[in-house]
Amino acid sequence: MFDVEKIRKDFPILEETVYGKPLVYLDNGATSQRPRQVVEKMNEYYFRYNANVHRGVHYLSNRCTDANEEARETVRQFIGAASEREVIFTRGTTESINLVAYSFGEAFIGAGDEIVVTEMEHHANIVPWQMLCKRKGAVLKVIPFHDNGELATEQLDELLTERVKLVGVAYVSNVLGTVNPVRDIIRRAHAVGAKVLVDGAQAVQHLPIDVQELDCDFFVFSGHKLYGPTGVGVLYGKEALLEQMPPWQGGGEMIKTVRFEKTTYNELPFKFEAGTPDFIGVVGLGEAIRYVDSIGLENIAAYEHDLLHYAMERMREVPGMRFFGEAGDKSSVISFALGDIHHSDTGVLLDKLGIAVRTGQLCAEPTMQHYGVTGMVRASLGMYNTRNEIDALHDGLMKVTEMFGIR
Amino acid sequence: MKTIQETEQDIIDEFAVFDDWMDKYAYLIEIGSATEGMEEGQKTEENLIKGCQSQVWFHAEMRDGLLYFHADSDAIITKGIAGLLVRVFSGHKPEEILQADLKFIDEIGLTQHLSPTRANGLLSMVKQIRMYALAFNNLPTT
Repeated sequence: MFDVEKIRKDFPILEETVYGKPLVYLDNGATSQRPRQVVEKMNEYYFRYNANVHRGVHYLSNRCTDANEEARETVRQFIGAASEREVIFTRGTTESINLVAYSFGEAFIGAGDEIVVTEMEHHANIVPWQMLCKRKGAVLKVIPFHDNGELATEQLDELLTERVKLVGVAYVSNVLGTVNPVRDIIRRAHAVGAKVLVDGAQAVQHLPIDVQELDCDFFVFSGHKLYGPTGVGVLYGKEALLEQMPPWQGGGEMIKTVRFEKTTYNELPFKFEAGTPDFIGVVGLGEAIRYVDSIGLENIAAYEHDLLHYAMERMREVPGMRFFGEAGDKSSVISFALGDIHHSDTGVLLDKLGIAVRTGQLCAEPTMQHYGVTGMVRASLGMYNTRNEIDALHDGLMKVTEMFGIR
Repeated sequence: MKTIQETEQDIIDEFAVFDDWMDKYAYLIEIGSATEGMEEGQKTEENLIKGCQSQVWFHAEMRDGLLYFHADSDAIITKGIAGLLVRVFSGHKPEEILQADLKFIDEIGLTQHLSPTRANGLLSMVKQIRMYALAFNNLPTT
């Protein structure tokens, strides 16, 4: 039984007030809050067990190493990977994508090869590929989207040629909320021999993931949008593929033997984890996944789906409301504009009412250009948001339109 | 002509009547709407201070030893605050501008809009006002 009030009690920050108003936190797409369980687990490790991983014979080091590897197993189960060797810890989604762009790029991308991304990608799934293209003389191609926020998949056949080596696609758009048909894209990309990286940064907290069922080659996400800590993220890659990719960063942990004549590299996943990792962050991520699992992503998805529809219904009552992204399959992200009120004005006024939303270009300038706007307002929901909070957003938006004389 | 300090005090007094944030912002919106801003022809790339949140266009000119400023923004609240800055600084000598402490922004509770993380162009505008004042202050008098 999904009990939002019980869940809220695990997130002390939700009881805060800002400017004397109860906090209404609707910026979960940027970062979610962490439950008590995650913070307490990390505190416990800082206060009782902190020692560097994979390096010591002593008790604390072993304890942290075990916890780090247990968390890897937790992540493996969470995304349905075949082996823990396929789970690489990074600093976040951005670093995961950069790792692939560098390492996969070194091994597999040459002049004239093509990389395909979608028009709705976050900058983190655009810029690393542009940098790779520049290094290798490859070409970046773009799958456009329709005004309703759905990908123009009818153009896939034309775009997916034998020259395409990699497709990068967001599972869920951070602006439009569109849940992209990644299964279909993966199948068609594989048919021309291309690999597929799925950006799951906005997906893992909203829908169950099974990377083997998806058959994606890479899957990336961050801990901090999944009710876990900042500074830790995951790169999943198919083992056979990761084996063929060279290390990205050199240093401790990623080596087997070091001689000045020749260094040999460690096995997966350590080959890609140079330097001391944020192992306490990793432990926190493991705890966050345990927390999410205890509630159940199916339950979270069902609750958020209902809340999303309620939110859009209520927001539609606000004069001048314009939604960006109304795909048939949409996740808990609502980007919008109110008449010709500037997004920053709306954001500043909502802030003073205690309502936290994101405004601006949302790290997706091409998506802004698609609609010819300089920015948007975005309300993004989490599992702890309530109908009451949606009502507060509605009332806040009504107040904003009133102040600007929109009726 | 009032001194910079007198104008700052005027603004502090005007805002003192509001005890609610929304009233304060309603007043800022009013100021933003009433501020003349800049003509389209002056809103050039050169005059643009680009921010992630909002954009500010800013222009300065020197006439008879006094600096005059013009500012505009695509966001009304930003434009309102830019308008306040213009009202305070425009028509003064460079050395007067350099001595000003901008305490009114703090006193009326708008400091957050001038924080480096805001990316709304206002902090850059204040820096540019000071840079113009500094540059013109160092010019040899003829």
